[in-house]
Order: sequence, then structure tokens, then C-alpha cells
Amino acid sequence: MTSTLRWKALLVLVVVLACLVGLVCFRKMPEGKTRLLVPRSLADLRANLEGRINLGLDLRGGMHLILQVQVDDAINSETDQVVERLRTLLREQAISYQAVRKTDATHVLVTGIPADQLNSARGFLQESYAGSAVSPAYVIGSLPAEQSGFVLEMTPSLQAQLRQEAQRNSIETIRQRVDALGVAEPTIAEHGRGEWEILVQLPGVDDPARVKSILQSTALLEIKLVEDGPYASETDALAKTGGILPPDSMLVREASGARGAQAGGPQWYIVSRTSVVTGRDLRSARSQPNAERPGAYEVSFSLSRDGAARFGPFTERNVGRPLAVVLDNRIQSVAEIQSRIDDAGRITGTFTLQQASDLALVLRSGSLPASIKYLEERTVGPSLGADSIRAGFIASLVGLLLVAFSMLFYYRLSGTNAVVCLVLNLLILLVAIADIRLGFGLLAAAALAWWIHPAAGLLATGFAWAFVAVSGTPVSATLTLPGIAGVALTVGMAVDSNVLVFERIREELRLGKSVVAAVENGFDRAITTILDTHVTTIVSAAVLFMFGTGPIKGFAVTLTIGLLANLFTAVYISRAIFEFVLARQARPTTLSI
Amino acid sequence: MIELFRTPNYDFLKWKWHCVGLSLALLIAGGGSLVMKGGPRYGIDFKGGTLVRLKFADAPDLDRIRAALRQEGLGSSTIQRYGRPDSNEVIIGTEQVGREEEALDTSRQAILTAMRATFQAPAGKLDLNNSGTDSLADALLRFDPLALAGQPGEAATRYRGIAERITGFRDNERGGLLRSFQELRILEGVPPVVAQTLEQQAFLSPFVVRKGEVVGPRVGRQLRRQALLATGLALAGMLVYIGLRFRQWVYGSAAVVAVFHDVLITVGFLSLFNYEFNLNIVAALLTLVGYSVNDTIVTFDRIRENVRLLRRERFADLVNHSVNQTLSRTILTSGLTFLTVLALFFLGGEVLHGFAFTLGVGMIAGTYSTVFIASPVVVGWIERRGHMGASGAGRKGS
Repeated sequence: MTSTLRWKALLVLVVVLACLVGLVCFRKMPEGKTRLLVPRSLADLRANLEGRINLGLDLRGGMHLILQVQVDDAINSETDQVVERLRTLLREQAISYQAVRKTDATHVLVTGIPADQLNSARGFLQESYAGSAVSPAYVIGSLPAEQSGFVLEMTPSLQAQLRQEAQRNSIETIRQRVDALGVAEPTIAEHGRGEWEILVQLPGVDDPARVKSILQSTALLEIKLVEDGPYASETDALAKTGGILPPDSMLVREASGARGAQAGGPQWYIVSRTSVVTGRDLRSARSQPNAERPGAYEVSFSLSRDGAARFGPFTERNVGRPLAVVLDNRIQSVAEIQSRIDDAGRITGTFTLQQASDLALVLRSGSLPASIKYLEERTVGPSLGADSIRAGFIASLVGLLLVAFSMLFYYRLSGTNAVVCLVLNLLILLVAIADIRLGFGLLAAAALAWWIHPAAGLLATGFAWAFVAVSGTPVSATLTLPGIAGVALTVGMAVDSNVLVFERIREELRLGKSVVAAVENGFDRAITTILDTHVTTIVSAAVLFMFGTGPIKGFAVTLTIGLLANLFTAVYISRAIFEFVLARQARPTTLSI
Repeated sequence: MIELFRTPNYDFLKWKWHCVGLSLALLIAGGGSLVMKGGPRYGIDFKGGTLVRLKFADAPDLDRIRAALRQEGLGSSTIQRYGRPDSNEVIIGTEQVGREEEALDTSRQAILTAMRATFQAPAGKLDLNNSGTDSLADALLRFDPLALAGQPGEAATRYRGIAERITGFRDNERGGLLRSFQELRILEGVPPVVAQTLEQQAFLSPFVVRKGEVVGPRVGRQLRRQALLATGLALAGMLVYIGLRFRQWVYGSAAVVAVFHDVLITVGFLSLFNYEFNLNIVAALLTLVGYSVNDTIVTFDRIRENVRLLRRERFADLVNHSVNQTLSRTILTSGLTFLTVLALFFLGGEVLHGFAFTLGVGMIAGTYSTVFIASPVVVGWIERRGHMGASGAGRKGS
């Protein structure tokens, strides 16, 4: 037996061991790390295995959402704020004006500035709103003489920046809410190209309606002074004010649940446009039973130091006037200010315990900078996932057995070789799904062994294994139902390589070559074809990976890894086994094939 | 040695016109079906809409469901039995209501409302079959059957544990549906008083929502575009690879003709057998593209090898010879892969059904087209042009 052959045998042994140990001797800890843990009992083994394979949503149940951030909301509200701020600033600068108003999402008009102040106004606007040369904010243009004023136009670069921020902040807020819900291993990420979409995957979530409303809730909390009201309807309110609202005020409706069981529909109020405090000024929020309405719950909140500094003096000035708690543009409660309030408040209404704690949760995580729309929603119940695993597993197992028996029947002892390779292939595939780094480490090792020397492969295997053992945090692929189909299909396609080789060996034998020469020629001749077949399938799998959605990506992953592993097992290892067996016979004359 | 074919020597090329006829007939049948049915039957992925899959405790009464849906204004929904008859599953699908994404959730809610109304869900009670672990734990906390109000921390973990036990039992051992509270009473880990309380405060609806999918029109459009792009790219990738590999575009073109043939026939069959065209099917079609080219390449590799070895032979004979040489492999590999596809088809569950069907049809078509379509195309082309072989050694065909 040659020394290379001994090295090869050692490599095969080590790879098998690395796979087995890599798969079985690690346990995923609750905090997400893996630890080396040698199983001592069957229960241990089960626990180790269960944590290692990361199941996709379709197998473990859960919720998949694609939502779109309405980023233009952020631009709109930015312009609203500019209007508010501009009024105050101009007043402070003692520049008189007739009106400051928003004409559309990106334009603000300032009109009626006296002719002698036009120049200083332009200078002031230029200084405060033009931004820098690198990031221009607004373009300030003059209005026709009869309007005597300026127009502020938001630059595209500021718009782009606001949109980006809106999406980033939305992702952050959603992540906080998901974390507060206690969902394990969620995925929250940008999705698609430039459409402001966010992908949210929540494994194990089984109350989709509740989760969706929590994620979607804008949770924009504002506390405003009530100017007038209540009115029974919008028209009533407008009739009282003569069809025109007082300046700086707005008409807001009550939330439908605000009144509880009291008679009458939701009322309308005229409230101040500016808010005393908003959700940003909250320090904390929590749910508690409503003292006045037994069985109902409310949310109490406390304000940050900054918010309290504004709220205290404001309430002192306005004792006796009613204050409205507005949530997402609906009035939740209205109460008269009894005395100075510094830093605490309540949102009352007829909330159930869950509604109140959900509201507290979204308030704590902050408001969304823009509203969101759901574009796609898929939920899989946990029982369906369990059924799918069972069906996929049985189908794969039956497929494997059918193929294995056919190979044994048709190729006899050489068939055993093929079956060994097949099992090894599946083992590598499983390891790669459990920890993709170990999988690719093994494949790299295989490539080195092939091109350089088995010893290089050994080294690489050891290195990959040690790296994975030390690093702790697993990088796992996700097994989905189409992924299981990919495993089954790998089984079918993997034996293709064996068949190609074996048929070639048979041909060589028929031509009267010696056994050793036939094996050698068989492998050498089949290799180009095997490479071709693998490359073509991997090309289509790569395309699937790039364009597929979650479950289909899983299919592409298992198929690709399976085929790569197959190059190693069906060509390298299979050949090593043949050589090993033949080397043990003095002069092989027959081959069971 | 067991052999499928002992040195086979069939004249495959003799049958080429018959096969062209057969392929045309299949293509026309499939195309006809597509035209008559107005295109492929797009699934929710591509069409957008709402789909709710329900599992019932007993055989569902479709007429009753239909009547209930009509009352909710969903008269146009499709209602289908799903899976094995004894699994009592039904899929309710509706087209997109309105164009706006806001309407996304309304149909789903309406379907659920209709179902609850039909099967007389008591208002205000907890539906034990359709609540998740969270809501069940919350409810237990509220009812507090173990009187743990004094120790909130203890109560939360205790009730959560019980809720997990109940939902785990329901989902893993009862297929998602509890039939009676009797099952809870004998369930280990659930104190009798909890079972009693649940019996009073909750009810078991005779159905469970196993899956809900809502796809907005925008996503539908996006996915359609993606699927087309992916298929186009896969085909282009193949063409490039074969071009690089064979350096003679006759082979590449023949392989691509064969691939198109296989994909078109498969799509036709999907339409004939009324399978839904969804993302899984596209994945299967792409796999098929790889498989079909793979199969063709094995034969073409042999042809090129023989071109170098057997220069004296007539090109048509050489091709025939090559096909015969690779015949055992072709049949064996297709057969073995087909076996796994059969296993997926019969045992893999409903989701993989269409996937496996596509692969199965495609594999048969792929094997057939390698032998009867791709090879004759190469022969026809090379004999007409008077060229042959990868070595570039020009040689008259006859």
C-alpha cells in the first residue's frame, strides 16, 4: 500500500469523525452560542441535534411579513415641522409675515413680508435653511412681487436622506418592539431594492393579528391643549367656528374605544396644532388597572427630564383648561388640568390587560417615523410545520432507501461503495446546514486534498474544526421544506456520479483491461463529465439562491452543498475506497460491479 | 453483472421524425390547454390575494362554508378540499379585494369571521384551538385557576409552562386540533383544576387555521418579474457554460433547444393537470433546466470523445453509437432520480406535490429529449453543414 493511500484513508476517517463530532458534540445554548458538550445519554444526543439544525419558518411555524415604510410620511412631517419652527423663528427675528404655509410635501411658502424686511428675511432663511454645500437642505426662491415672500423647496438630497433615516429608524423601532415581545431569533432586515421594504420573520409567533397591530402601530403620542369641544360631528364643530378653524388649531376625533360603554359615538374636539409633549419625551410607560373602571386597564407614563421641564410650567399656566391625550391622531382621553403636573400622566380608556400592555410596549419603543403598510403576510401554524417535517423526512428516507437498494442490487459490492459515499455526502450536508463554516471548511479541505496532498486536506479539516469549536457562535443555514426536497434530490443526483464512473469501469472491463487499469481509466474518463453535470446544476441553484424567497433559498442551499460534497465523496472518496480494497488483494482479477 | 442493456445498438436516429411529431403533439396539447385556460393557473404568489388553509375536526361541509362566505360578501372565493381526504383540510382563496394594500387583511378577517359565525363560536370565550401559547398563558394568568395572584413571578412561569404543554400537545400530537376537553384532563403536566377552568372559560372550535397567506398585488408583480428574470438568467448561464465548454455553438444550441422543449412540455403538463403555478414550481423548473442540460452534456461529451476516436465513422452513426454507449447511464440515473421524485410526490406532503410532479415530468422529458431531440438536432446541423466534431476536422457527412 502506498503512503499516499494511507494518507487518503486517514483523511477519510478524520472527515467522518469531524462530521460526526461536529454534528453531535455541540449544543446550542439558549443565548445563541454553541458549546462543546459530549452527549452521555440518548436525551443529550437529541437535545444536541435539535438545536443544531435551524428550521425555516415553514417547518417551525411562524410569521413572515414584508412591509413597506411610507417614507414620504417622514418628508411630510419634516415639512410640517419646518412650518411650525419657521413661525416661531420669524417671530423671534422680528420679521413680520402674513402667512407661512405648506403647499405640498416639499414646499413651504412664506408670504407677506414687508418690502424693507425682504433682504434680511432672505439672509435669515439662507442661513437657517440652505444647509451646507455638501448637503444642501433647501433651495430658497423668491415669490412674485405681489406675494412678497419666499418659497423653500426641499432638495432631493435632503429628501433621500430623510427617506433613508425613516427606513433605518423604522427597522430600529420594529426591532425594539419585536424584542419586547420576546420573539426568539427574529429576522428584521431591509428587503428588495430601493422600495423601502422591510422583511420581518418571526419564528414561533402564533398570534399574527396581535403582532401585526403592534408592529404597525405608529404609536405617535401627543399631548395637546383642547381649544374647544366636544362636538357630536365634524360639521357641528365647523359650524360653531364659522367654517374656519382658529389659527394653529386642528380638528381631531376621539378614538372609538375612548368612551367605553358610555352612550354616544366618538366626539370631535378642536385642539392646538402644537403638542406640549410627544412620545419622544417619554421616559417609561406601563400598564396598570384603571382605578375608576374596574376590569379596565390604562397606561401610565412618566416624562423625561426635558419633557418635564416643559410640561410643568405649561400645566401651571393652563390650570383649569382641558388637555387631550392624542394617540395616532385619535383622542384617547381628555381631562382638565387640576394643578401643575411635572412628569407623569395616564392614558385612560377601556383597554383590556393585553391592549394596555401592548400600548405600553409600543410607547416604550418609540413612535415609527412613518406609517407602514403590509405588502405580504404568510403565517404557518405550528402543527403544519410538524406535519411538514414528518412528511419531508419520510419522503427523503424512502428515497434514500430506494436508491441505496437499487445501487446495491445493480452494482453489488461496488454498490456498497456508492452507498457509503451517499451516506457520507448526507453527513457532510447535515454538518454544513448545522454550521456552514464547518461545511465549507470540509469542502475546502477536500479541494486541498485533491489538488495538493491528503495531508493538506487533513490540516484544513483540523483547522476548520478547531475554528468552529473555539468561535462559539454558529453560522447556520436554514432548513426549509423545499430544502428537504433538495436533500432528497441530492440523493438522486449524487448517485449519477457513481453511475457514470461505474458504467465507465464496466466498459473498460469489457474492453479487457485489468481491474486496476479499468478503475483508474473509469475515474479519469468520467471526471470531466461529472464536473460538467455538477456545474450546470450549481449554476441553476445559484440563480435560485439570488432570486428565490426564503424557502426556495433553502432549496438552493441544500442542493448546492449536496452537489459540492458529492464531488468529494463520489469522486475522491469513492476512488480511495476502490484503491484501498484493490491494494489489499495481491493481484485483483475480478471486481464486483 | 446485472446489465440493463448488453452492448445496446439501437438506431435512435431512425425515429427522429416520429419523435419530432410526438413532441409537437405534446407541445400543442399543452399550449392548447394554456390557451383554453387563459394562461397558467397562477398561485397566490404571482396573482396576489388571500388564502386561508383550515383543518376541521370532521369532514367539512363545503356548502355550509360557501354559504357562510357568501354572507360575508366573499361569494366569489374558491373552496377546495386539500390533501388526503381524511385530513379534513380545506383551502379558501379569494382574489385581491380592491387595489390598495390596506385591503390586504380584510378578506382574511372576513373569512375567519364567516368561519366563526358558521361554527357558532361562543362570543367572548377563548378559542383554545386557535390561540397561541402567548394568548393562552395570558388567559390562564387572568383566570388564575391555581390562585397564584399573590406571586406574580411564579404565576407567570407556571402558567406559561402549562400553556406550552397544552399547545405542544395540541400541535405535535393532535395535529393542531383538540377534539374535547377530555384530552386535557388526562394530559400530564396540566393540573386538573386548570383543565376544569379551561373547560368553563374556553371552547374548542371545530377548525384550526393552519396557514394564512396574504400577498399584495405589488409583491405579486415583483415575484412574477423575479421568476422570469431567474429563469432567463439560468438559461443564459447554461448557454454561456456550454458555449465555453464545447466551443462549438451547435452543441450549445442543441442543448438549449432540448431545455426549452423540456420546460415548455412541463409547463404544458402543469396546465393539463391543472397544477397551480407558484414559486415552488419555478424552483422545480429551474432545477429541471440544470438537470436537462446535465443529461444532454453527458451524451455530447461522449460524442466529442468519439469524434476524436472514431474519425472514420459516418457522423450519424457516431452519434447513434454515443447515445447507445451512454444509454445505461442515462436510464439508470434518470430512473434513480425519478425514484426519489416519486417518493417526494407520494410521501412529501401537499406542498411538495406540485414540485415533485414538475420534476417528474421534466425528468422524463429531459431524458427523452437528450436522446431523441438534442442528438438529431446536432446530426441534422452538422450533416447539412458538412462539418463535424470538436477537433474541427471537416468531413463530409455521407
